[in-house]
Amino acid sequence: MSNTETKKVKKTAASYKPGSLRYIWYKLRHTPTAVIGMCFVVILFILSFASPYFLIDEASGQPMWQYIDMRNMNALPSAEHLFGCDEIGRDILARVLYGARYTMSIGIFSTTVSLFFGMLLGSVAGYFGGHVDNFIMRCLDVFQAFPGILLAITISATLGPGFEKIIISLGISGIPGYARMMRANILSIRGSEYAEAALSINCPTSRIIAKHIVPNAMSPLIVQTAMGIAASGLMASSLSFLGFGVQAPTPEWGSMLASARNFIRNYPHLCLFPGIFIMLTVISYNLIGDTVRDALDPKLKD
Amino acid sequence: MLRFIGRRLLQMIPILLVVAVIIFTLMELVPGDPVRIMLGDFATEAQVEEERERLGLNRPFLERFWEFIKGAVQLDFGVSYITKTSVSDELIERFPRTLKLALLSICVSALFGIPIGILCAIKANKLPDRIALVLTLLCNSMPSFWLALLLVLLFSVNLNWLPSGGIGGAQYYVLPVISSSIGSIAGIARQTRASMLEVIRADYVTTAKSKGLSQKAVILKHALGNALIPIITVIGGQFSFLMGGTTIVESVYSFPGLGLYIISGINNRDYPIVRGGVLYIAFTFSFIMLLIDIIYAFVDPRIRSQYSGKKKKKSKEAEAAA
Repeated sequence: MSNTETKKVKKTAASYKPGSLRYIWYKLRHTPTAVIGMCFVVILFILSFASPYFLIDEASGQPMWQYIDMRNMNALPSAEHLFGCDEIGRDILARVLYGARYTMSIGIFSTTVSLFFGMLLGSVAGYFGGHVDNFIMRCLDVFQAFPGILLAITISATLGPGFEKIIISLGISGIPGYARMMRANILSIRGSEYAEAALSINCPTSRIIAKHIVPNAMSPLIVQTAMGIAASGLMASSLSFLGFGVQAPTPEWGSMLASARNFIRNYPHLCLFPGIFIMLTVISYNLIGDTVRDALDPKLKD
Repeated sequence: MLRFIGRRLLQMIPILLVVAVIIFTLMELVPGDPVRIMLGDFATEAQVEEERERLGLNRPFLERFWEFIKGAVQLDFGVSYITKTSVSDELIERFPRTLKLALLSICVSALFGIPIGILCAIKANKLPDRIALVLTLLCNSMPSFWLALLLVLLFSVNLNWLPSGGIGGAQYYVLPVISSSIGSIAGIARQTRASMLEVIRADYVTTAKSKGLSQKAVILKHALGNALIPIITVIGGQFSFLMGGTTIVESVYSFPGLGLYIISGINNRDYPIVRGGVLYIAFTFSFIMLLIDIIYAFVDPRIRSQYSGKKKKKSKEAEAAA
């Protein structure tokens, strides 16, 4: 009954609890840079899945992203092909749009994998302490003795090429960071005064975990996740550029750049557009991530 | 302090050992047979068997692993399957190049990143800060390999000022250093800004200002010194990122460093190269982490006193026991 009343009242930032998911969402909707970022991501996603249906070569009826037209080999940008054509005459615009799905979603999925396992390991280590903690942390030490990208390269070489495999390898190489952070949060919260206060008023353990430990341990993790999506999107395209992960002829942006690189002397336009789109995507994710961080960590905002 | 360094160095041994186990096992699991790649598609079954025998690939896993560990302890990583040259010699030749590249990049990043961050903190939310914020966002979001391609396009192909790849004098380092440091500059500048902003509001900075010190003295002596710890953490993180990230830049510039060597090893299933290279990188990496912990102690007297405090406590305990 009061629901209908509150709907009429214009909501302001103050009407949400700071740090809650609703507050983050409010902030995202009301920060212009974040709105631009979200619009770019959503529109590109839609275009990526819709473009094979409307960007069709008229003569053959094939979708343009895989239609090979040798007459247009390395064609410069023109009215017909806005971004030009690649080394075997495929339309670059159609390929860039089709390929958007990879770079954009690999970042999200692999960060989810890292976040899930990182949280699990970190909270087990932080909560049980002792030998369990020691064991988990030493394992993470080993994984952190590899630079992230090298670990991802090695794992993806072992798993072989493919979309899911690059998600797994990027996901695994991200776990230690999240696990460490979760463990540190849990340790600091367990020692905090409010956790002690909750314990002293005879609050049940399950409630302490659900109401005090998890929500407070989450917010630095959410910030890390928001920034991590951009970073792993970038890493995914780097891996494809090196020839691991998603491979040609799939129009992943990194692998498009890898094949365009051989023609850089004579046809530099091949290198231009995939790179621009990687950059725009990463910028969008970073803009969203910055806003989430500001919403959760008021200390940093100024 | 020495005890601490010694303990950390000892801790590195089991970590490196487990790294060796992991990399050895992972390489075993990589699909593709090194012998088939070496001999090509037309090799007969007998030839393949003979080659396997010669390389010792048909011996049991544990035996080969033991051989590898025995060699690795003496810094001998065996012979490359493809080129038949000693992996250790190649690594010793290539490692300094990658290290030089990473060190130069991190110096360039710190030299630009810290001043930019300080400037942003002083002019917080004014025009210079806004411009720097946009620039760091751009740098942070640019894939290093794409930047590298664009730099080649501009400076090598169009202007013909710098070589587009390979190794030689100082000019061969310019483009790789620029392309790998741009991203780190952004990270360091952001962290410097954030931690300077936190410190600038502290009471001791207000005190320093009110007793009439010049802004330069306040910022450089009182504020920066106290803001340095998180900045060092980020620089350390960036440096370790660069040690891996040079892999990408090296492959764009065909820079004959460690990263390119490892990649070629992975692609050719040339396991000795990958094992040796990864162990080199893991060792450097752990060493850098130790170095950062030592730098903390030099920068922050509170951390330094922890080490000496422990020693005192120990000696007191010893006295009590006696």
